[in-house]
Amino acid sequence: MTAEAPTTSEQLVAKLATASAGRGRRLLVNVALYVVCMIGALAVASVIIVVATDADPFDVFHAMYEGSLSRPSAIGLTLDRAMPILITALGGVIASRAAMINIGLEGQVIVGGLLGAVVALKLGLPVAANLPLTLVASALGGALWAGLASLLRFWRNVDVVISTLLLNFVAVEVLSFALNKSYLLQETRDNVQLLPQSDRLPSAHQLTRLGSPPGFSVSSGIFISLVLAGIVIFALGRTRWGFRLKMLGMNPNAARAAGVSMAAVGGGALVLSGALAGLAGGVIFTGTAFRIQPGFSNNNGGDGLLVALIARRNVAATIPVAFFFGAMRAGGGFLASTGVPRYLVDVVQPLLVLAALLPPAILFVWDRRKALRLAREEAAAHERPALGAAA
Amino acid sequence: MNDLSIILSSAIRLTAPLAFAGAGEYVAERGGSLIISIEAMMISGAFFGIFGSSVFGNPAAGLVVGMVAGLVVALIHANLSYRLDANTFVVGLTLNVLALGLTSFLLETIDMTPHRAGEIKVPLVHNLPVIGDPLFVNRWTVYLLIVVVPLAWYLVQRTRWGLELRACGEDPQAADVTGIDVNLRRRQSVYLLGILAGLGGAALSVGQVGLFNQNMTAGRGFIVNAAVIFGGWRLLGTMAGCFLFGAADALRLALPAIGYTLPPQVLIAAPYVAALLALCFFAKRNTKPEALARPFVRGIT
Repeated sequence: MTAEAPTTSEQLVAKLATASAGRGRRLLVNVALYVVCMIGALAVASVIIVVATDADPFDVFHAMYEGSLSRPSAIGLTLDRAMPILITALGGVIASRAAMINIGLEGQVIVGGLLGAVVALKLGLPVAANLPLTLVASALGGALWAGLASLLRFWRNVDVVISTLLLNFVAVEVLSFALNKSYLLQETRDNVQLLPQSDRLPSAHQLTRLGSPPGFSVSSGIFISLVLAGIVIFALGRTRWGFRLKMLGMNPNAARAAGVSMAAVGGGALVLSGALAGLAGGVIFTGTAFRIQPGFSNNNGGDGLLVALIARRNVAATIPVAFFFGAMRAGGGFLASTGVPRYLVDVVQPLLVLAALLPPAILFVWDRRKALRLAREEAAAHERPALGAAA
Repeated sequence: MNDLSIILSSAIRLTAPLAFAGAGEYVAERGGSLIISIEAMMISGAFFGIFGSSVFGNPAAGLVVGMVAGLVVALIHANLSYRLDANTFVVGLTLNVLALGLTSFLLETIDMTPHRAGEIKVPLVHNLPVIGDPLFVNRWTVYLLIVVVPLAWYLVQRTRWGLELRACGEDPQAADVTGIDVNLRRRQSVYLLGILAGLGGAALSVGQVGLFNQNMTAGRGFIVNAAVIFGGWRLLGTMAGCFLFGAADALRLALPAIGYTLPPQVLIAAPYVAALLALCFFAKRNTKPEALARPFVRGIT
């Protein structure tokens, strides 16, 4: 057996990288795959549109573009929709760095918005302190909800995926309970039929809007989300804490041996992840919704988790992906006003997400096959039993 | 019929759709796949069940079409996650949005004349006090559980396939070394889940309501996830979990009529909290499949 025979998978992949026809071609293949998959997704959507209605698919896609990107006001709306998704996604990324899937982002958004609303509407704080304390309270709410999952994980070893999943549904009921009790959050006007919703946030306590409605206008919450994105990108990539988190995610045993505390770093990451999701709830409340209603989060947590998992390997990618999801929401709203059933956007958007998932997955399989073939050739050249021959 | 009998009847009706999907998710989770697209499978089953009953003019055909619809969702999910390496939660969340959007969209654009499954009154025993009506007067779809549940148990606990599947759920590396194709087993278990969850959805729409409403399943898919967890990854426990959720729902509907006032939110949340508490205090049993929700990637050599 010769020493230079590449046997480990790392060496094989390294050899593969030099053996394939360079980076340029790989990039080309990657781009081509994405284009083909996106066209495929739009084709499937078109077929559904044509078969089920007599609408022209092109009109539908054009209306979605018009509602999300065509005009400055549409872009403002897209940014408004994208900002809470981005903040939630940052939370999702932090948890998934430590190899924990925080499925409970939605519940944390809800509890965050709820606690923020209680502080903003019920405490009668001075105007200057109201907005900042509302946002702090919403972050605390999300942290508390994620903290429950963290506690269960490190006290009773309950799987995080499972506990956060279950806590989502408890959060929905807590919200519903609070909105149906006048001594908690239900609106306090007495001359109308009371709805299960909170009072409206007075405009003095809202996040300021930049620009005026006919033209470009966006909530200042977008800056909160972009600044947070910058901080998270820096913290995960350039600090000791970020390195420890990554270590914990990649190999918990090695991390423990190196003195990284599972409970402090891992549990802390989960709580921080919840705090960001809760803050997203606060930003929805103070930035765009101004009122807590049963569906105020509108699956922001779900979209945030999707963004986080799609962009997992590259934190900066959360920004464009969240923007895409925001554009889909804005375009969907506009589509509804053109008379096409609004559910169509819920068909087009997931099809595009599935299409975006395919290229990396296909490349992964191709690379493996190539590596396996190379390993066999290498083994044959050294007259050794073929690697993977048993498969 | 007294109050208890009425509540029990309602509980059984609300449990049945969950129980079909629960049996399927039990199989999938024992193989190590935590599938959150049950909601997508159930709502597809519910819609296409009604669609099928309308096209073929027959509720039984509707059930079959519903099962096929669930299977299609499962095929997409399993192949993306266990043939390619797409993250199972990403795929699940996306499919849930897609199925809800698609069924809502199609509901507005297609006219249907649905058919409902008929009622069966088991002779003699349906006259029994208290349990007579709940157990022996039901739509016939409910009685399919008598076949499905023991079959799921037998498949997982008493066949070679089931043993191999459980090995994939506990220690995929070891299973792989003994020559089991881990991802193939997981795909197959998800297909089975798709068929059963589609059946569950169709049992709700064709079997009970007799029509399809927008967002008809309303989170029942996630309830099934919770029920399997509550049941400690055992089939009997899973069925108990499904019944707990069904009974809580039945109580929520019935209590105001009887004159009790309990906030409905407490009743809806209670089973979820119960599942969490069960996890906390029975943690020592540790019946969770060791490799649950962990993807298996084979080494290159």
